[in-house]
Amino acid sequence: MQRYVVAPAAEIPPGTRKVFTVGGRPIGIFNLDGEFFGLLNRCPHQGGSLCDGLITGLAVGDRPGEFRMIRKGEMVRCPWHGWEFDIRTGQSWCEPAKVRARAYPTEIASGAEVVKGPYVAETVPVTVEEQYVVVEF
Amino acid sequence: MSRYPGAIDCDIHPTVPGIESLLPYMDDYWQEAFVSRGIDGLEMASYPPGAPISCRADWRPAKGRPAADAATIARQSLDVMGTALAICNPLTGGQVAVSESMGAAVCRAVNDWICKEFLDKDARFRASIVVPPQSPELAVEEIERRAPDRRFVQVMIPVAVEMMLGRRYYWPLLAACEKHGLPLGLHAGSLHRYPTTSNGWSSHYIQDYVSHSQTFEDQLLSLIHEGAFLKFPGLRVVLIESGVSWLPGFLWRAIKTWRGVRAEVPYVKRSPAEIVREHVRLTAQPFDAPDAAAVARIIEMIDSDAMLLFATDYPHWQFEGDRAVPEGVATPVLAKMLIDNPIATYPRLKENPTWA
Repeated sequence: MQRYVVAPAAEIPPGTRKVFTVGGRPIGIFNLDGEFFGLLNRCPHQGGSLCDGLITGLAVGDRPGEFRMIRKGEMVRCPWHGWEFDIRTGQSWCEPAKVRARAYPTEIASGAEVVKGPYVAETVPVTVEEQYVVVEF
Repeated sequence: MSRYPGAIDCDIHPTVPGIESLLPYMDDYWQEAFVSRGIDGLEMASYPPGAPISCRADWRPAKGRPAADAATIARQSLDVMGTALAICNPLTGGQVAVSESMGAAVCRAVNDWICKEFLDKDARFRASIVVPPQSPELAVEEIERRAPDRRFVQVMIPVAVEMMLGRRYYWPLLAACEKHGLPLGLHAGSLHRYPTTSNGWSSHYIQDYVSHSQTFEDQLLSLIHEGAFLKFPGLRVVLIESGVSWLPGFLWRAIKTWRGVRAEVPYVKRSPAEIVREHVRLTAQPFDAPDAAAVARIIEMIDSDAMLLFATDYPHWQFEGDRAVPEGVATPVLAKMLIDNPIATYPRLKENPTWA
């Protein structure tokens, strides 16, 4: 297991996402109100750039004609075929048992902590004052 | 030796010999109306009486209408097949009349006629309640009137009605079907309120016939995506004379699109294929496929041995001799298709009839 410093946390404001190459893998980092989540930028359905898709909520309804949106901003839809994935877990909505996007443990570490190591900071200049997104795999 | 002993034939078509057969079952107003206006025939455009497909040559009488009495049908079909029970689906113009009141009067008369001329004459007959889809309110009235006679096992309408069938306008009709444990049979055919294809009127019958499977798809999609099966979990729909072989491709497209766009209909929480396999059944004649291998592959792709119902579609010309089941239906599927599936689909078939 290796911990990779991906980017300064400030680079991904709440409600946005950004795709990075981390340890040779394309990984999308999502900021959900200050919580960070990483998904492989490859849809498990047919390989589309999942993390470039629409960030949306979860549409639910229990009766015909009932339309509600919950968990706003916590789902991403693959731009190729529209499959919905839970940003927090990578789980797909329509085949939750069988299909899930690869999720990477993602957290925030302080510059001071990152400087101490052991981290791989490939192209990210680290300063002790800033917060950094760290991914582990 | 009959070919399919004990089989349940889920689609036969007694023919109303003429308006004079229905007049005894009409009130004074409608009797006078049909006589003085000279209205007779009441054929459906989908099955022109003289067309070869409407009656197999060896079943066509020298004169008069085919399949017009119980004894003829018993001799030409039930006895030959070994049919234990046969569901009568009379196709008449009552279900397509522009006047909903006239349509309802014809439907009432047809149901009473089928009772007297078929159900009372041979215990092997069962029947669909024909109702006027022109008016869900009048359709419900007719269901309530006829449902107590347990020999009526289904409600039948043409598949192409005046609107998409899943719309709330039709919910009272769907509710009545569910309440009485009567599947809703959608029979090939149209009220012709719209062109027969989504690009307008076709020039030839061949176009209408081939493209009609699209209409079955339209109505299934409407029922699924308006949430009708969620609202009426006990509702069963039987597609009668749909051709069957369009189903696997349709299911695949329905699943694929639902996975991508299901947020449009968030209350549809199960795959359309799962919903169809639970709620929808199909009569297996005609089964439009070229040979036994194709039939076997299509059944495999449908991925359910519970959906197909044995049917001769008598007297329509779909097969020769007594080979009513398409070649390629494997033995375990055949056994279910002949008896188990019809009984599971039409709960009333299990009961002893309570004569009206």
